[in-house]
Amino acid sequence: MNTGDSPLRVGPVLRAHGLEKEYGQGAGLVRALDGVDLEVASGETLAVMGPSGCGKSTLLHLLGGLERPSAGEVWLEGRRIDRVSEKALARVRRRAIGFVFQAFHLMDELTAVENVEMPALLAGRAPRAARRQAAELLEQVGLADRAEHLPSALSGGECQRVAIARALSNEPLVLLADEPTGNLDSAATLDVLRLLDSLRSAGQTLLIVTHDDRIAATADRLISMRDGAFVEETRLTHGTTGPLSELAGLEG
Amino acid sequence: MPEAVRVSSKEPSSGYQLRVVQEVLLALLAKEASHGYQLRARLQLALGPLAEALNAGHVYVTLNRLEKAGFVSSKRIGQADRPDRKVYELTAAGRARVMEWLEDTSWPKPAPAEFHLKLVAAAAAGLADPVRLVDMQRHELLAGLAAAQRAALAEPDGSVAGLLLEGVVLRLQADLRWLEACARHWNDTKGRS
Repeated sequence: MNTGDSPLRVGPVLRAHGLEKEYGQGAGLVRALDGVDLEVASGETLAVMGPSGCGKSTLLHLLGGLERPSAGEVWLEGRRIDRVSEKALARVRRRAIGFVFQAFHLMDELTAVENVEMPALLAGRAPRAARRQAAELLEQVGLADRAEHLPSALSGGECQRVAIARALSNEPLVLLADEPTGNLDSAATLDVLRLLDSLRSAGQTLLIVTHDDRIAATADRLISMRDGAFVEETRLTHGTTGPLSELAGLEG
Repeated sequence: MPEAVRVSSKEPSSGYQLRVVQEVLLALLAKEASHGYQLRARLQLALGPLAEALNAGHVYVTLNRLEKAGFVSSKRIGQADRPDRKVYELTAAGRARVMEWLEDTSWPKPAPAEFHLKLVAAAAAGLADPVRLVDMQRHELLAGLAAAQRAALAEPDGSVAGLLLEGVVLRLQADLRWLEACARHWNDTKGRS
């Protein structure tokens, strides 16, 4: 499932080099990102944490082609995307990247299944195939029985799972999630956590920006940011239960 | 555990220590006599994936010591074509010890003072950036949280071992919240100086 063991992997799915982003100018100049290098391997789940204003959302926006860097490069599956035309960038976002936001951004007047199938329809897929795929995705996120509900009839956690299903509908190379549980209570957070964990197990490449320790702990690798730069990186590998038994008070 | 009779306070160095094993074994014997294998299986069920921490001989060694201390008695029961099985029974002293343990409210102490003082000292001495120390510590705890959470997610609903893992997760979350407060404080301090 994880990174290195796929024989097909030729390089990272997503790569950034020397990434910088500045907003404003003169005395009001803010350097949101200050020289970030990053590689995300195929099938890897990466969590990025840090205090508000550390640049983690900016990083996600640059990686997803929602904004362009002031300096540096962004490569997606071997193709540099930070300098392509607006039109080409929109195509990359539509076809290769899935976005999940804190505020869900579902269309209120569309049912759950209609929201989920929308990206496929926009990409030109036949309506019947798009509907079938959307129904499968809703099943995958555990909401098959909510397909015909409007977002207003769904809980926050359900809305976010619909949004995740929608983000998966173009079979993205990378799913980018910005504070996916920022608006959710702890029970709904747990549902989203289980879903993210199952996506990770299924080999979906994921980059999650989060404040939530439990969400971050689903990742294969964790990066902390401060003041626009990476300050700490840890591989959250699992293996022996040694440290775990110590934490449970079974040792010592 | 105050006043506990430390019959197993120093085990052979192989494998992990499980200080409470002696009391748990006594409690498990309170209802009916049992043998080592069965007792070990009960412990394994309660600990789930964490049962690995329990080395195979630990239960038998502990039972021996409990017997020497007079908390359990044993008798051998012959089995056809297998070695005799040793069946353990709780003594009156053992029963008293179990009750004492069940009603003992001492609790493992979290220890924020040492880390707190480490940060204060680091800042005062200028030897290390306290914010960085907090970040390192957060990552250490998050790695533990990741392990506990994965183990918890792998447990079926209603698993008793899952409850133990939830305890680990919740304690780590509490510690992580405190570390976040530490990071804020020392970051602000840095901004002011």
